[in-house]
Amino acid sequence: MKNTWTIAKREFNLFIISPIAYVVAFMLMLILGIIFFANMLIAFVNTYDPTVQFIIAPLVTLFLFSTPALTMRTIAEEHRSGTLETLLTAPVRDWELITGKWLGSFMFYLVVIALTWVFPIILNFFVDPGIDQGLLVSGYLGVTLLVGVFVAIGVMTSSIFNNQIAAFFATLGILLVFWMIAYPTQIAASGGGRSILSYLDLSQHFYNSFLIGIVAVKDIVYYLSVTVLALFLGTATIEARRWR
Amino acid sequence: MIEVTGLTKDYGPRRAIDRLNFNAHKGEILGFLGPNGAGKTTTMRILAGYMPPTSGTAQIGGFDLIKNSIDIRRMTGYLPETVPLYNDMTVFDYLKYMADLRHMKNGDDQVEEAILKVDMKDRAHGYIGNLSKGMRQRVGLAQAILHNPEVLILDEPTIGLDPGQIIEVRKLIRDIGKTKTILLSTHILSEAQQICNRVLIINKGRIVVEDEPEKLQMRISGSHNILLRVSGSVDALIPFINKLKGITEINKHGDNTLEIKVSPSVDARPEIARAAIKNGFDLLELRASNISLEEIFLQLTHDDSMLASADRVNNAVEEE
Ligand SMILES: Nc1ncnc2c1ncn2[C@@H]1O[C@H](COP(=O)(O)OP(=O)(O)OP(=O)(O)O)[C@@H](O)[C@H]1O
Ligand SMILES: [Mg+2]
Repeated sequence: MKNTWTIAKREFNLFIISPIAYVVAFMLMLILGIIFFANMLIAFVNTYDPTVQFIIAPLVTLFLFSTPALTMRTIAEEHRSGTLETLLTAPVRDWELITGKWLGSFMFYLVVIALTWVFPIILNFFVDPGIDQGLLVSGYLGVTLLVGVFVAIGVMTSSIFNNQIAAFFATLGILLVFWMIAYPTQIAASGGGRSILSYLDLSQHFYNSFLIGIVAVKDIVYYLSVTVLALFLGTATIEARRWR
Repeated sequence: MIEVTGLTKDYGPRRAIDRLNFNAHKGEILGFLGPNGAGKTTTMRILAGYMPPTSGTAQIGGFDLIKNSIDIRRMTGYLPETVPLYNDMTVFDYLKYMADLRHMKNGDDQVEEAILKVDMKDRAHGYIGNLSKGMRQRVGLAQAILHNPEVLILDEPTIGLDPGQIIEVRKLIRDIGKTKTILLSTHILSEAQQICNRVLIINKGRIVVEDEPEKLQMRISGSHNILLRVSGSVDALIPFINKLKGITEINKHGDNTLEIKVSPSVDARPEIARAAIKNGFDLLELRASNISLEEIFLQLTHDDSMLASADRVNNAVEEE
C-alpha cells in the first residue's frame, strides 16, 4: 500500500514536468472555454438561462478523447525503457504498481478537473439566482468517477503494449466501444439484450443520471466496479507477461 | 544462501537454460562465464524475481523463488544488464525513490552512502539523462547495493567503466563479497579470476564446468607450462632438457623459444635454467606460462560449427 503511494507520487510528478500534460490540459481548457462561451451566447440570444450541463457534457467528451494520450505512457514506457525490470525486481507487488500508476494519473486529472471549476464560477455571475448547485455537484461527481474509469482502462491497456502509440489507439478504441455500446440498441432492438448493453454502456450511467442531477448508488457502484476490474486486469497482464 | 536445482527456462520453443544446478554460500563471489546467449542474464533475471522459471526451483536465504518472491526481492540487490534508469530524475531522487519502494527508514543517509561508494558525489543532483555510460553503470550499481542486501546479483557490473573505476568497483565487490553472497556475470575472464571464489562456465544453457579459477587451470591443462627463451637456436638444447625429471612434452616456438610441459608435482625451473647455462646458452626468459582462463573458456565452449567456419575463413585467407 505504501508502495502504491510512492509510485503515485512519482507518476504525478512526471505529469507535472511533462510538456504533453500541459499541452493536453491547455487544449482541454481552450476547447472547453470556446464551447462554453458559444453555449452562453446561444442561450442569451434565445433568452433562456444556461445551465452547468453546458460545461459538464462537453467536459466528459473531452476527457474521453484526452485520457488515452496521457495514460498511454504509464506502463508501456517502463516496458520499453527496461525500467520495469527494476520495478519488478524490487519488493513491489504487481497490484501496487498498477494502482500506483492509476492513482498518480488520477491525481493529475483531479487538478485538471479543479481547473475547470472556473467555468461554473463565471456562469454563476450571469444567471439569476445563481447556478443549480445540485446539478453542479452531481455532474462533477459523475465526471470524477468517469475519469477514474478512463484512467484505469488507460493504465490497463498501457500494461499490454511496449509501444505508446499502440496503447493510445487501443485505449481510445476500448473507451469508444464502451461509450457507445448501447447506441445501436436504442435505434432498433428491445428486450433483454438491450438492457444488458445499456448497463454495460459507460455513457448511459452518466447522461441518464449524474448529468441530470441524479446520484444513484447503482451508477456509483458500476463506475467503481469497472475501475477495479480494469486495475485487476492490468495486474493480471503484468503477471502474465512475466511468464512469457 | 543460493541453492538452484533443475532451473530451466524456455522462451517459446527455445530453451535458454537447461536444468541448472548450483549453490552459492555466504561470503562467496560466484562468477558466471559463458559466450553470448549462454543464458547468464536469463538465470540472473529468474533469481532476481523478474520472471519465473519454466521448471525447477531455487531457494535464496531459505525462501522459495516463487512462493516467497517478495521476501527474496527484499533481501536481494540486482543490477540488470541494460542498467535501466529514469532519465528525467536526478541521481539522488532516483535512489531515494528506490529506497522508498524498499521502505528504508533512514533512506536519505543510505542513499548518500551508496552514492559515495560508487563515487558519484559530484553528480548526485544532476539528471541521469546527462550522465555518461560508465556513470549510469555506477548509478545502477548504487541502486543494487542501496539496502545493503544479503544477496547481490550483478549482470556484467564493470562493463563500460574506465580502468580506474574498474579497479574501484572490483574492490567494492570484493569487500561486499566478504560478508554477503554475490553472483556476477562477466566477459572479462581476468576479472573472474581476480574477484571470484568460484566460476561457473555455462554454454548453451548448460553448466560446463564449475570450480575455483586456479583449480580450473590445473584441471584443464593437467600440467605446468614453462616458457624458455635463450639466445641462439634452441634445437641443441632440447635433448638436454628432455633428460630432466618430470618433463612431459616440449614444443618449439620460433627459433629460440621452447614451451615445456611439466607434471604438476615438480618445479623444474631451476633444473632447466642450469641446463641451459651449462650448455652455453644465454638465458633470456624463463617463466611459468599457465594456460589462461581464456583458453579454458574457448576449449570448453567452442562450437564445432564455429571452428569449422573459422577454418574456412583461414583457408580462404591463405589461398589468396
Ligand atoms: N525475452 C526473450 N525472448 C526470447 N528469447 C530470449 C529472451 N531473452 C533471452 N532470450 C534467448 O535466451 C538465450 C539466453 O539469453 P541470455 O540473455 O540469458 O544470454 P547471456 O548469457 O546473458 O548472453 P550475453 O553474454 O550476450 O549477455 C539466447 O538464445 C536469447 O536469444
Ligand atoms: Mg547477458
